[in-house]
Amino acid sequence: MATTNGTTTNDELELPVLTRKDFVTDQEVRWCPGCGDYAILAQMQRMLPRLRIPKENLVFISGIGCSSRFPYYVETYGFHSIHGRAPTIASGLKTARPELSVFVITGDGDGLSIGGNHMLHVMRRNIDLTIILFNNRIYGLTKGQFSPTSEMGKVTKSSPYGTTERPLNPIRVALAAGATFIARSIDRDTAHLEETLYKAAKHKGVSFVEVYQNCNIFNDGAFAAFADKGVRQDKLLYLEDGAPLRFGAERQHGITLDGFEPRVVEDVSSDDGLVVHDAASRTQNLANILAEMDYPDYPVPVGVFRDIEAPIFEDLIAAQVESARQKSPPNFQDLLNGSETWEVS
Amino acid sequence: MTTESPALTTPRVESRERVTVRFAGDSGDGMQLTGTQFTKTAAVFGNDLATLPDYPAEIRAPTGSLPGVSGFQVSFASTDIRTPGDAPDALVAMNPAALKTNIGDLVPGGLLIVDEDEFSPANLKKASYTTNPLEDGSLAAFQVRPIRITHQNELALADVDLPSQQKFLSRNFYALGVVLWLYGRSLDTTIRWAEEKFGRNPEVLDANLKALHAGHAFGETTEMFHTRYEVAPAPVPPGVYRHISGNEATALGFLAASVKSKLPLFYASYPITPASDVLHELSKLRNFGVKTFQAEDEIAAMGAAIGASYGGHLALTGTSGPGLALKSEGLNLAVMTELPVVIIDVQRSGPSTGMPTKTEQSDLLQAMYGRNGDSPVAIVAPATPSECFGMAIEAFRIALKHMVPVIYLSDGYLGNGSEPWRIPSLDEFADITYSYAEAGEGDFNPYKRDPDTLARNWAVPGQPGLEHRIGGIEKSADNGNISYDPGNHHRMTLARTEKVARVANDIPDLEVTGPDSGDLLVLGWGGTYGAITSAAERARNEGKSVSSAQLRYLNPFPKNLGDVLSRFNKVLIPELNTGQLVVLIRSKFLVDAVPFNKIAGQPFKIAEVQAKIDELLGLREPFEFEFAVPPAIGG
Repeated sequence: MATTNGTTTNDELELPVLTRKDFVTDQEVRWCPGCGDYAILAQMQRMLPRLRIPKENLVFISGIGCSSRFPYYVETYGFHSIHGRAPTIASGLKTARPELSVFVITGDGDGLSIGGNHMLHVMRRNIDLTIILFNNRIYGLTKGQFSPTSEMGKVTKSSPYGTTERPLNPIRVALAAGATFIARSIDRDTAHLEETLYKAAKHKGVSFVEVYQNCNIFNDGAFAAFADKGVRQDKLLYLEDGAPLRFGAERQHGITLDGFEPRVVEDVSSDDGLVVHDAASRTQNLANILAEMDYPDYPVPVGVFRDIEAPIFEDLIAAQVESARQKSPPNFQDLLNGSETWEVS
Repeated sequence: MTTESPALTTPRVESRERVTVRFAGDSGDGMQLTGTQFTKTAAVFGNDLATLPDYPAEIRAPTGSLPGVSGFQVSFASTDIRTPGDAPDALVAMNPAALKTNIGDLVPGGLLIVDEDEFSPANLKKASYTTNPLEDGSLAAFQVRPIRITHQNELALADVDLPSQQKFLSRNFYALGVVLWLYGRSLDTTIRWAEEKFGRNPEVLDANLKALHAGHAFGETTEMFHTRYEVAPAPVPPGVYRHISGNEATALGFLAASVKSKLPLFYASYPITPASDVLHELSKLRNFGVKTFQAEDEIAAMGAAIGASYGGHLALTGTSGPGLALKSEGLNLAVMTELPVVIIDVQRSGPSTGMPTKTEQSDLLQAMYGRNGDSPVAIVAPATPSECFGMAIEAFRIALKHMVPVIYLSDGYLGNGSEPWRIPSLDEFADITYSYAEAGEGDFNPYKRDPDTLARNWAVPGQPGLEHRIGGIEKSADNGNISYDPGNHHRMTLARTEKVARVANDIPDLEVTGPDSGDLLVLGWGGTYGAITSAAERARNEGKSVSSAQLRYLNPFPKNLGDVLSRFNKVLIPELNTGQLVVLIRSKFLVDAVPFNKIAGQPFKIAEVQAKIDELLGLREPFEFEFAVPPAIGG
């Protein structure tokens, strides 16, 4: 059905069966060979057909940085905007046109430094956007300065003596801002990444996905100690909703709680006493505990930290428009007249 | 001296062509409301009028203090007037601080009504008076009418069941009653308003109406006033009229653009004085499909507007000067992506925070040039409060047809000022047309241009077959891909410039008021229209060869501007800045225009422009501004 803007709505269409290739553009991809961004692009292109959304209704909006080149390589509508502002443009677009599916592609500098304020507010409002934050813990496009997620003491071009500032934890930022879907994945675990992107895209409300992404030029191996194939099974904690927290090649280790402190218990036979993941728990307490678990003290949690339902900003606005129309049908001339008029003849 | 005895003689009635009244009091005294009610009454009576609210930035400065004084000036006339008057003929001062901050403006011999009860030693001290001006002879130049407003208001409300503090709040209605009587005005408009406003609160309604009637009755019975003043209705074109402020007209105009274009209006804004009223007005209009978005900051408001524009909606953001500075990066993205978006700038005194509640025209060059790169945008500026309506429609007509961001330069004087408005029919305004791109053969090129306007193709998400990428990086004119090709950037920059230049083909010629050639042209822009036009008119009435013209299109200029300038020996450009239009005029036309600059947070007075005109005609010595000496404000 055509709307004012000539869009089509999914329900009334015979959906074309799209494949990964339908989402590949003719643009030459200009990331450095070996960059983790390639993997994220590939999994996105693999995942998009599963959404069964006509590609003209998909929009990718990015800011500035290596990751923000992403929209050029996805054969949908795309907007490569300015540094840190992608959430604002996406908010305006989605509020005006709720029927579109809008992705925000950002990085640790774009999303948490220059655009930090917008990131907080887009999550607080619960606008139905899918935000993918490529976290490589470095500024790549400007060639190697530390970022707001770089570890303290890191030596970079702009910190030859080591940084003197503490890093932000993106998952905890998203929790603080009240995002309704929060997940983490890794460029090198393609199956997990595709599934996480899919869940994020399907979520109603704002979705925030942090992807650990290797910058092989300026921060190579930032995540190798726990994300590389050989060590992954022992160093990552794959979160599964409703399942006990277990990790290890044989899922032989578990996580218990000692008061508010998580404890690694090796070689547990029974699930008794293990923490059971609940992404929709009433409070954020468990998600906060998981978000604080980090290498090397703990296995690094990946997967969905939080997945809850909450009223969606643009739906509430649309509902206000509808109910205001019912209650007081628009009459422009009446409005022009205001409360008091007089006639001169 | 006050008296409550019946009048023995009726006062004589004097006819006036124009009267200017200023109400001044503590910011908690309801002076804006009093002034507005008086204005509405005059408007309904059929006077032409103009208003100038003058309120402090502090919401509630200490009661009775000098910084806490709030004023509202209204000029009403039996003729067509264009300004709120150079100086008040009558001043109502509700306390010593209001007297001190406003008495310098009252014309010699002017009528001064004060609330005598408020001139206590404590209040005098707060206003830094060492002696009581009502007793020390310092007001001898004026017709002083001390009235015990507080006391008499209390008496009138004796049987109203409200605490005395709340009764005190009705004093402004008592004063309003007196002034309405003085100018022979009916109480009906105010009664109707009060009934609507306080309908749910009968005690408060009762108190206000009792105060209003008591004030009016006081006027009728006192012998204090020897003269009442009559101002006949103005001969205005027939039609249905209302009273409107610039910010209201701006909001309605942008909604009208939505009605005319059939595109939903999206307004993103961050609250800022003096533009917030536009947000307030538009946020009420959900029933017209208006979506308002109160963003987390100015930058986000700009970004959200760009997003809505990208989505094919009528995208608007609004701010004042400091906010425009923050929006400049986003505005440049709209320049680069060639998206139609309108930015309202209700200008205020700068730089930096400046004087937020005071007017100025100092953002013209920021609007023209305040961005990185060669970044042309179209700029329009309404000239009167009611004209804000039509210029809002114009802004979107230009934005959509030419695929260009448009800056709409209002100012605090226009935004808060008000005047009667003949309610137009929408047919009186030009149509707003736009077109979305259509899918064709081969790959879609978002930068394919209309051969006449150079407007680019507008494809919005949701259109099958037109998937494309745009952004802030330079794009190839041929296919919309990223391009660092030197020739392409050269051509694209020139195309963006030429596109804005061609808007000149689509705007009206500059109209000259008065003969189209002569000794002197007084050229202004935006909100200085009233003072400039009236000053030039007075000069012509005195037999001088002076014409005036007011630019409403600042970029590009109307096509005939160069020709108009060439037909006058001298060009005077009055501006509420240090000379911004004059820079543009001189550089574009090599005309030795003379700047005339006032940077006082106040609009021009007609007399100031007149004096400058006389100076340029060699009829007087160089003009210097005489600013009322502000009272010393401590702390």
